[in-house]
Amino acid sequence: MDFSYDDEQDALRDAVRGLLGKAYSDFEQRRQTTKADPGFSEEVWSQMAEMGLLGLPFAEEDGGVGAGPVEVAIVCQEIGRVIAPEPFLHAVVLAGGLVQACGTPEQRQEVLGALASGERLLALAHDEPGSRWAPTASAVTATQDGDSWTLSGTKEPVVQGARADQLVVSAKLPDGGTGLFLVVGETCERTGYPTYDGGRAARVRFDATPATPLGEPGRDLAGSIALIQDLGRIMAANTAIGAMEVALRTTCGYLTSRKQFGVTLNTFQALTFRAADMYVSLELATSVVQWATMVLSSGDPARVHDAAARAGLQASRAARHVGQEAIQLHGGIGMTAEYSVGSYTAVLTALDHLLGDGDHHLVTLADAVAEHDAIDPLAVG
Amino acid sequence: MQLALSPEDQAFRAEMREFFTTKVPEEIRTKVLEGRELTKEEIASSMKLLDDHDLAVPHWPEEWGGRGWTELQKHLYHEEMQAAGCPVPLAFNASMIGPVIAHFGSQEMKERFLPKTKSCEIWWSQGFSEPDAGSDLASLRTSAVRDGDDWIVNGQKTWTTLGQHGDWIFTLVRTDPEVKKQAGISMLLIDMRSPGLTVRPIELIDGGHEVNEVWFEDVRVPGENLVGEPGQGWTMAKFLLGNERVGVAPVGATKAALARAKKLAPERLTEPLVAARVAELENELLALELTALRVVAHSADGEPHPASSVLKLKGTELQQAVSELLVDLAGPGSLASGAGALEGDGGEGLPDWTSRVAPTYLNFRKASIYGGSNEVQRQIISRTILGL
Ligand SMILES: Cc1cc2nc3c(=O)[nH]c(=O)nc-3n(C[C@H](O)[C@H](O)[C@H](O)COP(=O)(O)OP(=O)(O)OC[C@H]3O[C@@H](n4cnc5c(N)ncnc54)[C@H](O)[C@@H]3O)c2cc1C
Repeated sequence: MDFSYDDEQDALRDAVRGLLGKAYSDFEQRRQTTKADPGFSEEVWSQMAEMGLLGLPFAEEDGGVGAGPVEVAIVCQEIGRVIAPEPFLHAVVLAGGLVQACGTPEQRQEVLGALASGERLLALAHDEPGSRWAPTASAVTATQDGDSWTLSGTKEPVVQGARADQLVVSAKLPDGGTGLFLVVGETCERTGYPTYDGGRAARVRFDATPATPLGEPGRDLAGSIALIQDLGRIMAANTAIGAMEVALRTTCGYLTSRKQFGVTLNTFQALTFRAADMYVSLELATSVVQWATMVLSSGDPARVHDAAARAGLQASRAARHVGQEAIQLHGGIGMTAEYSVGSYTAVLTALDHLLGDGDHHLVTLADAVAEHDAIDPLAVG
Repeated sequence: MQLALSPEDQAFRAEMREFFTTKVPEEIRTKVLEGRELTKEEIASSMKLLDDHDLAVPHWPEEWGGRGWTELQKHLYHEEMQAAGCPVPLAFNASMIGPVIAHFGSQEMKERFLPKTKSCEIWWSQGFSEPDAGSDLASLRTSAVRDGDDWIVNGQKTWTTLGQHGDWIFTLVRTDPEVKKQAGISMLLIDMRSPGLTVRPIELIDGGHEVNEVWFEDVRVPGENLVGEPGQGWTMAKFLLGNERVGVAPVGATKAALARAKKLAPERLTEPLVAARVAELENELLALELTALRVVAHSADGEPHPASSVLKLKGTELQQAVSELLVDLAGPGSLASGAGALEGDGGEGLPDWTSRVAPTYLNFRKASIYGGSNEVQRQIISRTILGL
């Protein structure tokens, strides 16, 4: 086991930090960007495309870069550090990931090529009112008529659903199981709204809306959805790690500069010990998340599922601890929209609920405790 | 020790329940129970309604509208009010400046302000905190300088809750820069329409506008608006903050929020982890409620018991924990904070309540910061009670 990054990975981190760090060097820039629709910067998005980030995980023959999970994780961490509002996780990791995993060779080339070049924004329409991170769909149903398919029902919340050019939609198949479909954004009824993390989501209604099956028509793809959810959990946790790091650093900076009672706040051990505890939470979460990122490369779905739940649980607990304390140790200023830490806490909260919160992962893990003795993080295969 | 309520107290409770559940408009109560924001008019009219029935300020001296109730009766009143979703009387009026004026003000000042304060005809704001004077309130710099009979006020207050609605603001100002910090502070009542006074909004992380900056530029304030004597401000502030500590722990409202959470997601209660979390919260709330009852039973002369810090500390933590539970119950739907503004109930879309849980969770992070931060409460417990 080796936790260190190689030179190329360091270079990727520097490049991404250069791009995003410059775009959002000042928190006010992020605030202004998230105030106006679509809630992210189209310019930064195309710069990310130029840098190859939007095709990072995809095969080269599909217009991608063919990089592995560690590289994708690096991008996520850097996004987290500046809480960049660009929908990399949703469009590239999740929606793009499903196209890569399930699409026909033609679909992969066409859709992923357009995504990677920044020409087309993808959104994943999977969550349904009442659903809780299941890999299946039930509220949206697919109907087949000869070679053509239509979808009916409602998806919500769909991140960037109103802005997206194309949606990857999960739907209940006529013979049971869950299929995936490509739908042209303009053909469905979309009502967009801002979300509390600065992003945008939408309620998307399908009413006999024409749809193209992703991959072989009629196949149950719940297994692929589950796998992408696990990938997404680990990448969301990587994003959270980056955000926590900066939230903690910002808090320490504040403690050493804010004066009350004639001294800076770091004079009070009651506060510095709390920052030390935040650091402990962050370090533990970082270890599990980096380990889970390495497990991803093993490609074994059962191991990945287990690792995703472990990373998700650790990151969820840490994110709440760090996010809540970051505000508390700041006092009133931490509650304001103008100052950064509150928004970091908001983003951490949203990431926590994106693909399962801590208790959700705990249930997954608790169900399996009788099946193993001690846990061996180094076990292979 | 005795568990059961006396027949009189039982009758008292029934009377309160009857009043709050039948006289206060249901539309407003539903809004409160659903955690929606009330308008200025809704808050003011509810307080006026309570006052019309002598129920706005029962804890005040009887001469000024108080009811002479026992501590237990006051507790039952609060519990029934919050369980019914009746908006609590505006704290700035009922639990902050009202008792201060009643205790420290001149007869003339009492007559001038107390009736309009309890009926909410005057909406008060609290002007204590400044950018550089938060936990260290005594270092405040806003100054008031004598000019004939008047005071000329200069400086800045901040975090002024609902200052956009305020008619008057009670302020702590420095009237004597020469003496020890605490001794140079006075309490001044200022008409918010005075020339030179400006209110500027601060946006919070939930996107809401509930706090403000209040700027004073050569604001002229008549000498008669000084409460008590110059230099008495710190004593009044301590008196007021002690009352605030008790008032800010919303046991009843948190109980109602938890009961509502169970109603909103009944299907989740069969999951062991969810049920365990709810049970733990219920038990902690029970402990808090009983502590409130036990502690008020021992407070004398309206002086808050030092253990009221336990109520503030734990009460706000539980309030935050319940708001966190609601986000988890809403799950992926909690992201849709902007969906509440969509037309209609969405039919097949997310239920309306899920749109409010995350902003509410973020907003309640304030509860451990204001009213004397929870660190300050720990300090009071360790110093005053434990003698450390
Ligand atoms: C939503 C909201 C509404 C408010 N409404 C009002 C209002 O209407 N009127 C009004 O006057 N004020 C109001 N306040 C202000 C509130 O009282 C202050 O925020 C509070 O006193 C803390 O001060 P501060 O924000 O300057 O934080 P600081 O005092 O700078 O504290 C920062 C952190 O350090 C901790 N700390 C400070 N000193 C110590 C110490 N000696 N030992 C250990 N820890 C310490 C604090 O607990 C906090 O965690 C409001 C605040 C908020 C957030």
